[in-house]
Amino acid sequence: MAGVTLDTVRKIYAGNVEAVKGVSLGIEDGSFCVLVGPSGCGKSTLLRMIAGLETISGGEVKIGDRVVNQVEPADRDIAMVFQNYALYPHMSVYDNMAYGLKNRGTPKDEIEKRVNEAARILAIETFLARKPRQLSGGQRQRVAMGRAIVRKPQVFLFDEPLSNLDAKLRVQMRVEIKRLQRALGVTSIYVTHDQVEAMTLSDKLVVMSGGQIEQVGTPSEVYRRPETRFVATFIGSPPMNILPGQVEGPGRVSVGGQSIAVTDMREGLIPGSAIEVGLRPEDVQAGGVGTSSLTMDVDFVEELGATQLFHGKVAGAEFIVQASTGQLPADTRKLTLAVDPGNVHLFDPQTTKRLGRV
Amino acid sequence: MEKRAHISGWTLPLLLILPQMAITVIFFYWPASQAIWQSFLREDAFGLASEFVGFENYVSLFEQPEYYRAMVTTAIFSSLVAFFSLACALLLATQADKNIRGGQAFKTFLIWPYAVAPAIAGVLWLFMFHPTLGTLSKPIKAIGIDWNPMLNANHAMTLLVLSATWKQISYNFLFFLAGLQAIPKSVIEAAAIDGAGPLRRFWTVIFPLLSPTTFFLLVVNVVYVFFDTFGIIDAVTGGGPAGQTTTLVYKVYADGRLGGDLGGSAAQSVILMIIVIALTAIQFRYVERKVQY
Amino acid sequence: MVENRPFAQFMAYLTLALGVVIVAFPVYLAVMASTFDTATIINGNMPLVPGNQADENYTRTLLYGGMHARQPVGGMMLNSMIMALGIAIGKILISILSAFAVVYFKFPFRKTAFWIIFITLMLPVEVRIYPTYKIVADLGLLDTYTGLVMPLIASATGTLLFRQFFMTIPDELLEASKIDGAGAFRFFKDTLLPLSMTTIAALFVIQFIYGWNQYLWPLLITTKSSMQTIVIGIKMMITTTDALTEWNVAMTTAVLAMLPPVLVVIFMQRLFVKGLVETEK
Repeated sequence: MAGVTLDTVRKIYAGNVEAVKGVSLGIEDGSFCVLVGPSGCGKSTLLRMIAGLETISGGEVKIGDRVVNQVEPADRDIAMVFQNYALYPHMSVYDNMAYGLKNRGTPKDEIEKRVNEAARILAIETFLARKPRQLSGGQRQRVAMGRAIVRKPQVFLFDEPLSNLDAKLRVQMRVEIKRLQRALGVTSIYVTHDQVEAMTLSDKLVVMSGGQIEQVGTPSEVYRRPETRFVATFIGSPPMNILPGQVEGPGRVSVGGQSIAVTDMREGLIPGSAIEVGLRPEDVQAGGVGTSSLTMDVDFVEELGATQLFHGKVAGAEFIVQASTGQLPADTRKLTLAVDPGNVHLFDPQTTKRLGRV
Repeated sequence: MEKRAHISGWTLPLLLILPQMAITVIFFYWPASQAIWQSFLREDAFGLASEFVGFENYVSLFEQPEYYRAMVTTAIFSSLVAFFSLACALLLATQADKNIRGGQAFKTFLIWPYAVAPAIAGVLWLFMFHPTLGTLSKPIKAIGIDWNPMLNANHAMTLLVLSATWKQISYNFLFFLAGLQAIPKSVIEAAAIDGAGPLRRFWTVIFPLLSPTTFFLLVVNVVYVFFDTFGIIDAVTGGGPAGQTTTLVYKVYADGRLGGDLGGSAAQSVILMIIVIALTAIQFRYVERKVQY
Repeated sequence: MVENRPFAQFMAYLTLALGVVIVAFPVYLAVMASTFDTATIINGNMPLVPGNQADENYTRTLLYGGMHARQPVGGMMLNSMIMALGIAIGKILISILSAFAVVYFKFPFRKTAFWIIFITLMLPVEVRIYPTYKIVADLGLLDTYTGLVMPLIASATGTLLFRQFFMTIPDELLEASKIDGAGAFRFFKDTLLPLSMTTIAALFVIQFIYGWNQYLWPLLITTKSSMQTIVIGIKMMITTTDALTEWNVAMTTAVLAMLPPVLVVIFMQRLFVKGLVETEK
């Protein structure tokens, strides 16, 4: 098994469109790395360059210690699970899984052993003789994974493998992929636009936007301490609220005239300069009392069962607050929000970078 | 349209495309360019030398009354066959589109004439309407018409139109039926709710929605009459009586068979090519529009 | 169905039945004529129920042919079969390969190559008949099967049909094959070819009919009667002076000439319809 190293990898398409703008990233052996971002952020292109399905316009891709820029996909010792599964429609499930091994001249009994083992792990033993079209979406998904497993590759590549499944199955398969990866311990790179998938699956979360990496970290690092405004609003649901504010002094900002204490704040910011104040809907205490507080005009309430979402405005900006159901009356028109200084995120309005302690 | 994924390599694809390229160049481009070149040449009586004569072959072609007659014949033949075969096919297709029992069987029984060779179709109809022994000639003669397609040009043309139409109905039927089945049922139901009776629905809703199919078929039918009916004409009338059922394509064949005027024959071929290219271009413009729609 | 009134249903049946009768009648007459002797037909009073000469007519026609041409129709059918199969198989072969090249590779002059093939769609063999004849003659291919078949497979229909089908195959299948270690040849053999089977069959049906029914081209390039196809053969039987035409033999030949393509249409109707509709797109 091996890690994957990217060194200023670029992809420039005809017409000078730069889809990936110099990405450097180290993925440790055996880890589960998720590339997440909105569509068009270059995450799939990056994955396909690692797979060898796209040429690399600049930089270097290493699998283990080997530079693979010029290596054919078949020789990179990787396996890939596609969004539409890309099963061979005319081959049985068994043949689909065995095809890659046959092409490599693996002995017949070895192929049989490996396919049966993969089928057992994925609980698809009873479908081996069927054709893909006779299977449900979830079963096809398993076959696609089986095809990857039998090869015992150095790296698994997943290209949005769950987005063709319905919501319930998606959750179930997500758990299975995680379990499988843990059991096999194979380095995995997983592309998705779904931030829940990204958070739950990854050891290492890579948030991408506009062909560049915005932030790399563990899911909780990325969630707790987003490095840019983009990451802050992309990770987390409902997204982080961003309010316009001003620097008051060390450890203090004001929003709509109300003063708020902040723990994680860059030193030496000029008082009176504009700043963006980020607050997660789940981090503010509706109706609570704290060191700092904000007032909110409520427009309407969304019921989600266990929680309620209060939509409204704080200091003229859209604001959402999440509260446990029953905590507040549904006809609340005005809310006082308690803000914990540790949960305030500050961003530079120009660079959109975090203005936290260095 | 382009594939995102490609296989690398140059030599393999060139080898793969070679057989088709070779056959196309040898049997298509070479003869076609020969035809164009020869249409500007005149050979001497012994076929030993030839000289460049510019458009003279074309000029002399358009001085022949026979050439105009062949044009008129082709135009009449085309429009009659196109009209009758489209009309009959549309009538049959609208009936077959109704949800009736045995619809599939009717469909099978209506499409097989497509498989009959034009020449055979001609022979069948000639036999049926043969002036002396034709089974259907007797009733025609009984009502006082001196039916004889061998001698009477109008009768000959009638027989040609009948056999060409007979053969083409199946093709048009299939396409009309496909076109009808592609019309969403909800549109027709909406028209019914708006109070349109069956006939009104047909002319105000179904027929307009079918117009792309109709137009496509119109072009295909004209091309069919131009070229594929050669076998019918050769089998039924041989271009006669007195050359009165000679179409443009048949004339190329007949003139060439007599030998001699290679340049004139080539000029005729070139004109035919221009006509087909024009027809195809019209068809492509329509296809383009359909894509945008 | 918006309305299903009994009257409309009745009219539908009536129209369709009438259509079927009109479509079938000429063929019915031919089948009847193939069961009588010449005299019965010539006097113009052929009954509309079968006669008793069928065995005699078919045996004689297949084995000996008409009195004047004296060319066994069995041999003609064999010629037709070789030509039809040659055209169908040849066209499938060259066009699936060229479509594979055009769709799945990037090579210099790819677009040019495609257009060179594409243009041929516009010009049927009839418009360039004599120059083509001359080339076939110069190549010494008159009265040969090669000469019958080759010029007729030079067209774009097959290439376009396969190209259209290949475009519907997801790119990921090629990518998965690449990762599975399959090269161009394996991808073609293991994935593309099995997936193309329906398209191949549909094209085969259409091209078989097209080949079997060829008229002008074989008329020109076959001079030996032993190379005649059945569609040409029947014409030879009826061009002799009227009184001598053996209509029973001619009609027997007509029935035999219709049989293979019509059977193909009836028994492979689904493929036939698919092939017809898709080659014309």
